[in-house]
Amino acid sequence: MSFLLGHFNYLIVVFLMMGGLWITFSSRNYIKRMIGLALFQTSVGLFYISLGKVAGGTAAIVLDKTSKAGEALNAHLSPDYVARAGVDGVVYSNPLPHVLILTAIVVGVATLAVGLAIAVRVREAYGTVEAGEIAELDRTEAGPRA
Amino acid sequence: MNAFIDFYAAPPGLTAHAAPLLVIGPLIAACAAALSPSTRSAWMISVGGTIFAFWMALCLAGEVARNGVVNYYMGGFAPPLGIAFRIDALGVMFALLISGIGVMAALFSGHTLEAEIMKGKRRLYQSGFLLCVAGLLGLSATGDAFNAFVFLEVSSIGTYALIGVGVDRRALPAAFNYLVMGTIGATFFVIGVGFLYAATGTLNMADMSGRLATLGDSRVVEAGFAFIVIGLGLKAAMFPLHGWLPAAYAYAPSLMGVFLSATATKAALYLMARFLFTVFGPHLDFVGLFLTWVMAPVAGAAAIICSAQAIFQTDIRRILAFSSVAQVGYIMLGVSMASAEGVSAGLFHLFNQALIKSALFMALGGLAFNIKATKLSDFSGVGRTAPWTMTAFAIGTFSLAGVPLTAGFLSKWRLIEAAFAAHWLWAVGVIAVSSLLGLIYAGRMLETIFFRAPVSEERAGEARFGVLVPLWILAAASVWYGLDASLPVDLSTAAAQALGLAPAGAAP
Repeated sequence: MSFLLGHFNYLIVVFLMMGGLWITFSSRNYIKRMIGLALFQTSVGLFYISLGKVAGGTAAIVLDKTSKAGEALNAHLSPDYVARAGVDGVVYSNPLPHVLILTAIVVGVATLAVGLAIAVRVREAYGTVEAGEIAELDRTEAGPRA
Repeated sequence: MNAFIDFYAAPPGLTAHAAPLLVIGPLIAACAAALSPSTRSAWMISVGGTIFAFWMALCLAGEVARNGVVNYYMGGFAPPLGIAFRIDALGVMFALLISGIGVMAALFSGHTLEAEIMKGKRRLYQSGFLLCVAGLLGLSATGDAFNAFVFLEVSSIGTYALIGVGVDRRALPAAFNYLVMGTIGATFFVIGVGFLYAATGTLNMADMSGRLATLGDSRVVEAGFAFIVIGLGLKAAMFPLHGWLPAAYAYAPSLMGVFLSATATKAALYLMARFLFTVFGPHLDFVGLFLTWVMAPVAGAAAIICSAQAIFQTDIRRILAFSSVAQVGYIMLGVSMASAEGVSAGLFHLFNQALIKSALFMALGGLAFNIKATKLSDFSGVGRTAPWTMTAFAIGTFSLAGVPLTAGFLSKWRLIEAAFAAHWLWAVGVIAVSSLLGLIYAGRMLETIFFRAPVSEERAGEARFGVLVPLWILAAASVWYGLDASLPVDLSTAAAQALGLAPAGAAP
């Protein structure tokens, strides 16, 4: 149980990931599938962000330990932890995963936009965004031009 | 790589920056094409941009032949802190292939876009095509795992949009399915890279490889490996993850058929080879087990099942699409042998396939003016009315089936040799059976095109001259490399060496 609690961030990630994938695969509706896909991508963002978090660490902006904010931060940290991991008495979270995920979010938004645009075009050409009805239309009507 | 050793294609100042220019060139051209005043000028920008990329790839080939590896540090920050482009013989082979096919596809696009893309969208179409080229070239150049994901998605997002813009409405659901599958694949890849980052603390591929070697058995690394392989398998249409491919290739505008069949899945295969051999390395237990017990059987199944499926298709482009999946099977079969012979034979086959498939799709696309249908039966007797176009198509089909004197024969031959060397007799059998199946669908296409009476009185004329030029360049290349394969063999052997696989007999 304590193992699960200690890894609760990964539990959330797995839950979101599986939920997103399940929606993507089980839905026949194009819009719902895009929602599932967005959820799936978001879970990866959360995974990266929680990888980069250091317990008690602050944002990676250089902080003087004698400043007010630095002292406030230090008050929350155990001294031996600071001695082991701290730089100048201040512990920072790893900023790199945040930057990576910023890029991944941009990629995800672009994918979402293209996917929804295609869904709009599908609706224009077929009059529906349900995968089953589209397959039915493809079978019955011999390939009219969009 | 000896062919390129005395090759100085550009002044040294330009050659020094060839690696980023390889990507930046098409990227700038993409912006220019979107802003250009007319369809014609967009086409010229597209041709210019791809020729520039090909030129830069040639410069890099010269550099790689002389120095082994080209390293380029973005902004002067050395890895592992900075992002680096790292181009070795494998990367150069793909850069040459992608930009070369890009030039051919750009030449081809001049006339066909008028028939297939609605007015007002053609400039943007060229722009999207150039973005796609830039993304794929970036993929072949980068030495950073996360950077590779970004380039993969730059090219993929372009692809999704370009598949769906045609006149055939069935392209739209195909594009949507490809988008869903492709995004899941790319996201799996990112998850895998995240696991590796958690285990090693670096994203630079060379650095990652060094740290993984000292890490020993780690469940995190194994999970990351699984995610990366499945993700890239989706992108590369590795059997049985190829469900999105046939519809996407068959209903897309012909420019995308030409370009994608030659490059998109191949680029994902490149990245997979890069991870399998450079980052992980076949000496790791789980990589070796995966290659022998997962990849090889799956590749064999693809070669046989998809060749058989191709026989029963009625749509001619679907025949080619299923054949593409089968050919991915051959390539993976070579790669899964994890020997220098196997991998270089697989890469040689990949090179030939790129030439063949783009030529075949080009021949069909060139007739799209005249034949407004894609069923095989609609092509009855076209060989008589459009002899130049269809002779090139026939050469491509011969090469696809592996008829002697064509490039396709040589690469299959080398695959069989590699399978014998690895004592994989079952693989020899798979290649033989699958080749026979290939002969059936190739024969079926040729029989319909050349020996059946035309269906209608309307004569389907030749493709335009602007289509015939790139088409015949590709067809001639298939024959040329069937007679003198020194260049592709040289490239693929050097590429296999760059992956750390020493040829048999050489000192380890």
